[in-house]
Amino acid sequence: MEVNEVFEKVKSLFIEDLGIDESKISMESKLEEDLEIDSLGIVEVVMAFEDEFDIEIDDEELADVKTVGEAVKLLHSKI
Amino acid sequence: MSKRRVVVTGIGTINPLANNVENSWSNLISGKSGIDNITSFDTTNLPVKFAGEVKDFDANDYMGKQHARKLDRSAHLSIFAAEQALLDAGLDTESRLGDEVGIVLGTGIGGIGATEDAVRIYDTRGPSRINPLAITQLMPNSSTGQVAIRFGIEGPSLTITTACAASANSVGEAKNLIERGVVNTVVAGGTESGTTPMTIGAFAQIRALSTNNESPKEACRPFDKNRDGFVMAEGSTILVLENEETAKKRGAKIYGYVDGYGSTTDAYHITAPSEGGEGAVRAMKKALEDAGVNKEEINYINAHGTSTPINDKNETMAIKSVFGEIAKSTTISSTKSMTGHLLGGAGAFEAMVSLLVMQNNKVPPTINLTTADDECDLNYTPNVSIDLEVNKVMSNSFGFGGHNGVLVFSKN
Repeated sequence: MEVNEVFEKVKSLFIEDLGIDESKISMESKLEEDLEIDSLGIVEVVMAFEDEFDIEIDDEELADVKTVGEAVKLLHSKI
Repeated sequence: MSKRRVVVTGIGTINPLANNVENSWSNLISGKSGIDNITSFDTTNLPVKFAGEVKDFDANDYMGKQHARKLDRSAHLSIFAAEQALLDAGLDTESRLGDEVGIVLGTGIGGIGATEDAVRIYDTRGPSRINPLAITQLMPNSSTGQVAIRFGIEGPSLTITTACAASANSVGEAKNLIERGVVNTVVAGGTESGTTPMTIGAFAQIRALSTNNESPKEACRPFDKNRDGFVMAEGSTILVLENEETAKKRGAKIYGYVDGYGSTTDAYHITAPSEGGEGAVRAMKKALEDAGVNKEEINYINAHGTSTPINDKNETMAIKSVFGEIAKSTTISSTKSMTGHLLGGAGAFEAMVSLLVMQNNKVPPTINLTTADDECDLNYTPNVSIDLEVNKVMSNSFGFGGHNGVLVFSKN
């Protein structure tokens, strides 16, 4: 799967499942500040990623993920 | 030193009859039922297929999907009602209210819908797929916290869980906070959204619910000989309570006074009322005493009147014990005949009714009261509203657990 495809999947998941405004979502958007995904929300995001891409994500792998782009990069590396 | 008096300066409500105060009142006065077949889930397997559901309310439209999906429906309803109440009171809903304002909300079963959802996921997909927001949705104090967050209410907060007396207790405890001078303003009320599959099923198991699936609008018939149980309902009603002086100083509109509060416990049985409503009698007497009001001054009693065989009989006995020879001439009604039982939201809704009765000098009826019961032989205002000069009201609320919360309101 290309990086761009991963991004499109992440984007639609944020819109459909989490109800985030489409206009806010870019590779640069910060999960907490821009998308208002707080510490509880991150757990939801991980669950959604795991279901969507059929992978497992450890809590430690998420420590450095602050933006949509970083999340996409992590997902791309695991698929 | 005389007590600080407490006034109500704002009301908000969302309930099976309507999504605001004005339409709720007009439906109450015209004797409409808000009860209907359940639409929010499939009732095929349930013995009870109707309830009082809130209609025409989409939380996603109201607060946006990203926020709405983090909250249980009981919290959606309470934020909606609280916003109405604060706007009605002329308070600013867009800046933080601060620590001079407190909050006391009641609920019977908190985020029970979220609990049911989480258990369903646990059973089908395992613990790693439980919604991480489940705890914050299901905890009974969730609505209190969410309303406080939304409006920046930083003063004292309490969540009262005395079942069907919860929001009468909330209004009473809010009154106490103001009387004691802790704060001048308290957002008080209750919320409930237990019209969910397991909860309806569980209440049906204890034979508490009417099973009149053929005629949902006629199922709730308090004090009628053919009553066969209560009807589950959902909704939230929130009041803004203020110290009289504070309210008058800012020129606020005043609905009436919360003058009396009586709170007692049966300590007898977890669901059944004590013989003759002994605990209820004590609460009613304490509320009168707290208000400094004689029983002869009460023009109207908003009964707990759930439509269960045992409540209505015992409440009637309790009213007779307290009011003696004037019991038969006192005007009573049960508005649950129209709303169904809002559980933890009931006391606050009925506090609203009490205030509107005094403001309009009209008493809403007990609908579906068509067959007299020898054990319920008082004046319950059957089927049609009446005009009546009302200056003082008593509102009764009793809950599973043996909790009794009685409020007395005054027009002046």
